[in-house]
Amino acid sequence: MSEPSLSPAQTPSTLRIVLRSRSLILGLVLTLTFVAAALISFVWVPYDIATLDIANKIKGPSGAHWLGTDHYGRDIASMIMQGARTSIAVAVLAVGIGMLIGVPLGLWAAARRGSLLDEVIMRTNDLVFAFPSLLIAVMITSAFGPSATNAIIAIGIFNIPVFARLTRSSALSLWQRDYILAARVAGKGAARISWEHILPNITNMMIVQGTIQFSLGILAEAGLSYVGLGAQPPTPSWGRMLADSQTFISFAPHMALFPGLAILLTVLGLNLMGDGLRDLFDPKLRRGRT
Amino acid sequence: MLRYTLTRLTSLILSLVAASVVIFAAIEVLPGDPASVMLGVNAQEDTLAALRTELGLDQAPAERYVTWVSGMVHGDFGVSYTYRTPVAQMIVDRLQVSLPLALYALALTVLIAFPVGIWAASRRGSVADVSVMGLTQLGVAVPNFWFAMLMVLVFAINLQWFSAGGFAGWSEGPLLAIKSLTLPAIALALPQASILARVMRSALLDTLSEDFIRTARAKGLTRRQALWRHALRNAMIPVLTIIGMQFSFLLAGGIIIENVFYLPGLGRLIFQAISARDLIVVESVVMLLVFAVVMVNFLVELAYAFVDPRLRVRR
Repeated sequence: MSEPSLSPAQTPSTLRIVLRSRSLILGLVLTLTFVAAALISFVWVPYDIATLDIANKIKGPSGAHWLGTDHYGRDIASMIMQGARTSIAVAVLAVGIGMLIGVPLGLWAAARRGSLLDEVIMRTNDLVFAFPSLLIAVMITSAFGPSATNAIIAIGIFNIPVFARLTRSSALSLWQRDYILAARVAGKGAARISWEHILPNITNMMIVQGTIQFSLGILAEAGLSYVGLGAQPPTPSWGRMLADSQTFISFAPHMALFPGLAILLTVLGLNLMGDGLRDLFDPKLRRGRT
Repeated sequence: MLRYTLTRLTSLILSLVAASVVIFAAIEVLPGDPASVMLGVNAQEDTLAALRTELGLDQAPAERYVTWVSGMVHGDFGVSYTYRTPVAQMIVDRLQVSLPLALYALALTVLIAFPVGIWAASRRGSVADVSVMGLTQLGVAVPNFWFAMLMVLVFAINLQWFSAGGFAGWSEGPLLAIKSLTLPAIALALPQASILARVMRSALLDTLSEDFIRTARAKGLTRRQALWRHALRNAMIPVLTIIGMQFSFLLAGGIIIENVFYLPGLGRLIFQAISARDLIVVESVVMLLVFAVVMVNFLVELAYAFVDPRLRVRR
């Protein structure tokens, strides 16, 4: 790394920094809790949500149903666990689309800085940026009907310019570095330099941005399924649980409270983790802290 | 300045043309036959044929595109298939809810975020700074439609200060209309205000560490004087960028919030149009919203030049 580093005596170990960063710890705990809930739901949930238990509908939290039941008597805790799957799957795939397309485009644009290609890539990015993910979802849905896949595509498309812009701007500053010049003198082509030297140096930044886009993806998925543009019944999803709860909110607020809290805590966890990771990866900030 | 404006204007027009091509392609060309999308699988052949003629589907896509765009330029957005009324009229009606809502939310965003951000930056590292920034973390993470539902529960159902939904209309006087937009505007503004407060704070802190601030301090200004006289204006570029982006989020986000409060705005219109498969309405409303986003970005770029005179000559 070309960043000036501290002498070993001054540099705290990575583990110690992680432990000292409260936001990173809290973020990790929250995020891992929901990832764990999603994973556990594949093998076990407190109640089977496919069977309706009308006798026990709209019950508040109790010993039997920790978070209460919904208007079909389904266990809300079980639905939140399975809903976590949908949220995480949609957000992960959407971030994946954004990264897999955006990062190479950004690298390519940076390698051909100032060329027509660079201009075309960046103007196209600006154009995509003018479409909030909700509008992309609206367009896709009106043409092909609502589904979780369409939500993934809509959020994914919105993520492409985010990653392309960030990649290009970070790659551009790396291209000015001496070791890149050395690699060029050694006869390496733009593609190989991008792959071998630029990409490894922007990975940290992409992880941080990926975390942030992941949290935005969870929020977007919730919003889309709330208005019926996301996952369709019977797939459980937090946004649709909230939509269902709206009619009952005056006498069964628990139905709205818990799915909303699940979204809030997951997004909060991811954001805190993103902040924590950025502090961890950025040596300048680290020096300021210690 | 003139040259800067002209360059921006050219790119504005190019963006709009490109956006209209994308929207037209996504809604009218990609699905294959819009007429069968609109009428569903059980449609009669003669009904389909009639709709195809009405929509001008016997023409080539390029021809239809030109008709669509030139219509819009002249204020003709076509006729809604389900409502049988001109789409332009429907949009004008709905905008009387959606536009004030977005502006109201934007005003709240700025009114909350500026003082909070400046206050936190001027007390960097203090308990106040840390707790305010902690609160904004919550504000960023909260889904606004859920927050809206909770506000309905507290302020409309329990306290009965506001109605749970619906729009009073402007004919009953502006106060009632503004009152029915208040909860929706707060719900929209809260996450955006949290984001903007954080941006304001970090932009100010970045500027405060620059040399010219040190010079100002050396000349005897207090930290607070330096902040108000020198740092604030220089911190405005990132803040303006975010405000511009936020306005488009507020317009688009309004689509969801309008559904929480049953407000008769563009959001309700677009979802009714989707469920009725009224592609003409969907297409026009999406185009209008994208137009608004691109337009706001253009205005923000012009605003840069006012805030930062260096930009007027650079390009």
